[in-house]
Amino acid sequence: MSNNTVPTAKPVKTVGMHIGEAVPGCKKKDPILVVDGVSRTFGGLKAVDVEHLEIPRGAITALIGPNGAGKTTLFNLLTGFDKPDTGSWTFEGTSIGGMAAFKVARMGQVRTFQLTKALGLLTVMDNMLLGAKAQVGENLFRAVLPFLWRQQEAHNKVKALDLLARFKLDTKKDDYAASLSGGQRKLLEMARALMSDPTLVMLDEPMAGVNPALTQSLLDHILNLKAEGMSVLFVEHDMHMVRHIADWVIVMAEGKVVAEGDPHEVMRNQAVIDAYLGQHHDEDLGEDPDAGQQNVGAIKELLDDEL
Amino acid sequence: MIDWGAIFSNAAVELISPTTAAYALAALGLAVHFGYTGLLNFGQAGFMALGAYGYAISTLTFGFPVWASVLVGIGASVVFALILGIPTLRLRADYLAIVTIAAAEIVRLLFTTNTFQPVTGSANGLSGYKGGFADLNPIPAGTYGFGPFEYNAYDWWLRIVAWTIVILACLFTWQIMRSPWGRVIKGIREDEDAVRALGKNVYAYKMQSLILGGVFGTIAGMIFVLPRAVVPSNYQTSLTFFVYAILLLGGAATILGPVIGSMIFWVLLSFFSGFIARAVEAGWLPFMSSIQAGQLRFILVGVAIMLIVIYRPQGIFGNKKELAFVK
Repeated sequence: MSNNTVPTAKPVKTVGMHIGEAVPGCKKKDPILVVDGVSRTFGGLKAVDVEHLEIPRGAITALIGPNGAGKTTLFNLLTGFDKPDTGSWTFEGTSIGGMAAFKVARMGQVRTFQLTKALGLLTVMDNMLLGAKAQVGENLFRAVLPFLWRQQEAHNKVKALDLLARFKLDTKKDDYAASLSGGQRKLLEMARALMSDPTLVMLDEPMAGVNPALTQSLLDHILNLKAEGMSVLFVEHDMHMVRHIADWVIVMAEGKVVAEGDPHEVMRNQAVIDAYLGQHHDEDLGEDPDAGQQNVGAIKELLDDEL
Repeated sequence: MIDWGAIFSNAAVELISPTTAAYALAALGLAVHFGYTGLLNFGQAGFMALGAYGYAISTLTFGFPVWASVLVGIGASVVFALILGIPTLRLRADYLAIVTIAAAEIVRLLFTTNTFQPVTGSANGLSGYKGGFADLNPIPAGTYGFGPFEYNAYDWWLRIVAWTIVILACLFTWQIMRSPWGRVIKGIREDEDAVRALGKNVYAYKMQSLILGGVFGTIAGMIFVLPRAVVPSNYQTSLTFFVYAILLLGGAATILGPVIGSMIFWVLLSFFSGFIARAVEAGWLPFMSSIQAGQLRFILVGVAIMLIVIYRPQGIFGNKKELAFVK
């Protein structure tokens, strides 16, 4: 399973995951994550207000929306890093609403962060080993007796080396994570998350700050997650990327889910165009022509780009 | 003329003195807190006070044997760590710093207040609790040693016990810090949210670290009072700062750093105070009275801490690479 990550021509899209019309909150045939009535306010601002949302299993789902739409807040809520005002959600049928972040991760739902959190003053290998689940030696009393955990540690190291080789970080295993480039840290964070054999991988802006040379490699890694049977939910701004790899797209605006659907369909949705460009984008407001130009560029990217 | 022989031999005595051992152990506790876990504990003096008073009060008021008195001290510091940790470990690191510095002062003032005078001895402190420990001494009475290191049986017994405890604590810390437990702890120092996202109960690990380092501080407090009396004014905030100075001198995330740091700190402190006192006597420093000279050594400690932090932030044993990257 090591180096077969050469980019394939066109990713195979999963289709037909939903039941009925592709409307916001529509039912999925096999949801892994089901969200009900989740809301979170910051002062007077309702950052997230999602009535119903289902994330399909075994597919790559993109969560998009303009800045301030509540994507990252929803992410934080679903992973236990923030507490909702109301609402509940289930992961693989188990209710995990309001559960602590570390318990959520132990259930197989791991996340990465928008601002990469590589543990700088730990070696790359230590970063990886930290990701492994159910380690005997992580108990203070058993830690004193190395013979209890040495074998498990060796086993985890083999697994970590294998993952590092896939992510082309194996030559860096003894370096401090702080010496890696920004893109390599993103790769390390993803590889570390995979050490726990997750079922749902949640990536918060995996492409932010990654140079174009690494982008393709990161895309292939995300596609590989799906090929290995994991479900992926990611937040992203890059529409090319969303269109290229996502099987399903969920669009948020002002805290609500405004549209859902196939990536090609959803970008033609009037609600999405309104969300990104404002409801009066086709009216001449007679001011700020530059902003208008930018909007035209953005919508061209949304509509005309067929990979 | 200045008696250099006396200055050097007084300084050499500090190398293996029980006080040096006590500070080394307290600094090792801070290394667990600050160097490995990233917990800013500024209340190590409080943990030391609990050890000293826990031992002395158990022995004097309740007549407990040595082992029970030690357990009482350790139990008190575990409770203290829980009281500090439960409300603050969920918050940002700097809150712990504020809470610990305040809590250590509360502990000291509770031991100083007249209300508990019959038990704590108030400002006069406690003494006369060493009998049990001295009775355990297997060394026959007499004077042993050579040169400046010549002590009676009790003093040797105390030194042997103190340094054995320090060595055991070092071995224990070394072992757990290279285990998966230590890896989680160091991960928390780097970024606790990342560790949380990997399924580790960060709060429980921080609590374990706080208790472990606190217990080291407590045992250090017991060693500290065995060659002297328990006096509440010893447990002021400056005690914590001296321990921090030792930690930074040796290297924050190291095992040997606190031990060697403590030796250097006490040898230099003794050397400076001996030298300055005799230099004033000899009239070398005519602008200074002997009382001022007594204070000068602490000014020098402050200057030394500043120089270390500026020019060698990783300490003597710290890995320079670990600090080569700006966070």
